[in-house]
Amino acid sequence: MTHARSIWNNGVKTGIIGGVAVLIISLVGMVVSFNRRDIIFEFIAMGHTLLLMTGILIGYTAAKKTTATTTMVKCFNAVVASLVTFSFLALLVIIGNAVNLRAILVNASPMLYKALTLGHHDSAAGIFIILGIGLLCGICAAVLYSVPTAVRRITITALCSVVIAGVLQDLLRPVLLAWGPMSVISDFLFAGNGLTAAGALTVILVIAGIMTVWNFKGDDVKENYQHFSGGTQRGIKIGAFVLLACVLLILPQIVGLFLSEVLTIVGLYVLLGLGLNIVVGYAGLLDLGYVAFFAIGSYVTAILTSPELGFFALNFWQALPFAVLVGICFGVLLGIPVLKMRGDYLAIATLGFGEIIRILVLSDALRPWLGGAQGINKIGKPSLMGYEFSQPQEIYYFILAGCLLVVFISMRLKDSRLGRAWMAMREDEDVAQAMGINLVATKLLAFASGAGFSALSGAIFSAKIGSVYPHSFSVFISINIICLIIVGGMGSIPGVIVGAAALVGLPELLREFADYRMFVYGAALVAMMLLRPEGLWPDVRHKMELHKDESVAEEPQVSTAT
Amino acid sequence: MALLEVDNVHAYYGKIQALKDISITVEKGEIVTLIGGNGAGKSTTLKTISGLLRPKEGRILLEGKDITELPAHQIVTTGVVQVPEGRRIFGQLTVTENLDMGGFTCRNKKLIKENIDRVFGLFPRLKERSRQVAGTLSGGEQQMLAMGRAMMTDPKILLLDEPSMGLAPVLVDLIFETIQKLNDAGTTILLVEQNARMALGIANRGYVLQTGVILLADSSENLNKNEMVRKAYMGES
Ligand SMILES: Nc1ncnc2c1ncn2[C@@H]1O[C@H](COP(=O)(O)OP(=O)(O)OP(=O)(O)O)[C@@H](O)[C@H]1O
Ligand SMILES: [Mg+2]
Repeated sequence: MTHARSIWNNGVKTGIIGGVAVLIISLVGMVVSFNRRDIIFEFIAMGHTLLLMTGILIGYTAAKKTTATTTMVKCFNAVVASLVTFSFLALLVIIGNAVNLRAILVNASPMLYKALTLGHHDSAAGIFIILGIGLLCGICAAVLYSVPTAVRRITITALCSVVIAGVLQDLLRPVLLAWGPMSVISDFLFAGNGLTAAGALTVILVIAGIMTVWNFKGDDVKENYQHFSGGTQRGIKIGAFVLLACVLLILPQIVGLFLSEVLTIVGLYVLLGLGLNIVVGYAGLLDLGYVAFFAIGSYVTAILTSPELGFFALNFWQALPFAVLVGICFGVLLGIPVLKMRGDYLAIATLGFGEIIRILVLSDALRPWLGGAQGINKIGKPSLMGYEFSQPQEIYYFILAGCLLVVFISMRLKDSRLGRAWMAMREDEDVAQAMGINLVATKLLAFASGAGFSALSGAIFSAKIGSVYPHSFSVFISINIICLIIVGGMGSIPGVIVGAAALVGLPELLREFADYRMFVYGAALVAMMLLRPEGLWPDVRHKMELHKDESVAEEPQVSTAT
Repeated sequence: MALLEVDNVHAYYGKIQALKDISITVEKGEIVTLIGGNGAGKSTTLKTISGLLRPKEGRILLEGKDITELPAHQIVTTGVVQVPEGRRIFGQLTVTENLDMGGFTCRNKKLIKENIDRVFGLFPRLKERSRQVAGTLSGGEQQMLAMGRAMMTDPKILLLDEPSMGLAPVLVDLIFETIQKLNDAGTTILLVEQNARMALGIANRGYVLQTGVILLADSSENLNKNEMVRKAYMGES
């Protein structure tokens, strides 16, 4: 009886959630369009992989969540959950065969049914195939649940590596091909539009091997590292840093034109993200009009350098300080009226400011000065010692330099007196004041520095593109940046970089995702908030805040009786 | 000359008058308490003194100098520091880092270090937990941290807003002992309390506040004996 209840409560309910998830995945068209790419060539396609992963995840969750105690019941739960999940798809195929759903659900096409039933959509066999796959997922989940943690971790990582290698093939292949000898590896790993079977197996074995070794030796390595003298540790860190710097320097040379372009876009968002990180992450001011300063930086650069308008003809370097300065001034200007606002009110007010700027640059009245809807073209390219940055690979270095500068400033600011004032203000404005912190100045400085960074990225952006148009500065840029900060981890500098790579870089790489960008965004954000609210690479303090209850137990009660 | 003088102050929240003609004096070295029921205006009085709220009329003098118009963060540097209601410490910083924040106005690293040691001397419990994350401190310890943080600037006068609120009786005793100790070490204290019995126990003088008006101002002994005070604020019938 209790078993039945446990299965109903967990297996079936979790399965229903999973069923809705796979239905959505199928009906928004993701399965069909993702299937255009294979993970393993002529063996398994990306859309199918997505369904399988969902099925296994649901089964695993059901096994993990149940209150049942025996492994048998838990495993049974997993199987039930996966079966229920896939029975939704079976139902979809049955209904879809009987009535035409396309009038309402555009993607409920024979192609989808064919994909779901592996080609047997018009016979009963198709239904059994779907349920069979569900059963298989459930068994996989049950097995994964039953094996020891280490084995599970190794298996999952190895399999995920194959999926990642398959998904990122467009990224990996040119990198491998760029260097003669490596092309052999590329030919071995990849074929057609996916990995080769041998390649996939190799990836699994290599990753599993590395993981296994790390599993046994990892603690030793960590311990050894702890035992190194401070100097050696510093040496290792510097070494790692130099290595990273080298990789960053040669990256555009190996990854080719397209990826360099992607890297420059990511770089721009890193610049923007670091600026907003000061306002939102450090100072806790939710600013949704951040794109305004980006626009201001771009437009000031455009006005000062473009011969089209004919007011000024400065070169990029002469225009840059003005762009940043004007950005900072506007940051302060925006800051003054919203000084007293907090939280959501501030978000709405700043949102309005962002729109005002966009509408201003779009307006016909200001057309002679700002170019109106046509924008401004022929913006000066930056040049250094007679050498002009114009190709993506060259712009990359330019943006890299900007990023390094901004990372450095961000780091210094964080530990500075001002950074501490921001932190105090973020936590409690009244207490901050009681500590003798000048709230007005502290707030305005946050707005000003954020705006300065944003204007800097705007200037670089306009120089990179060579022209500015009002439609480049929609509110979605602001939202995007907020998202990447949240996903990366509020207040964390590496978090911004990881967030930009994940939310801006990945969609650029995965053309299949382009149509589902917002969908994946939303799903990723919800998942993040549920599973890892502190972000991918969180700031230590923010993490503590979110896991306060756990830290009570973890935090060693340090006594300084000595 | 009194250390702190609140001189015929009227204060408003928007159109609502919260303080009507309040006058309070605190002499150097005293503990003065402000007692009254919920919504009497005790916190408002402290906010007005520390500059978080501007009085519409009246003046606030520190050692004879008018500080009414100074912004809140400058009032801190003149030596008036408030410990706000409800143990508002920086939960995710360690105890030492919290104290560091308390010394924000001081740019001299060595002096901050000395002040931390001085605060640890006053609050040995905090010293034992110097590296613990403040959010994980017990309620009483958090209140001590809030007081210790305010002591970091070595204030002339400490404004305490209901330091015993929500604490177990043992901890209340401990907090009041600590207040006495701070006072013995030379800090003048203006103490807002609902726990009138305890407050009058350590204070030299007291003011009774009701709906923004001062009803009584007297020495602690006299207030202790006062029929009305005993009835209204000490729960005697
Ligand atoms: N920010 C505010 N805006 C409007 N009215 C306020 C505000 N803060 C306090 N008040 C009002 O002012 C009056 C005095 O409040 P105050 O906080 O000073 O009371 P209190 O004596 O500290 O009470 P308690 O013992 O409950 O803390 C109350 O009527 C309260 O509702
Ligand atoms: Mg109060």
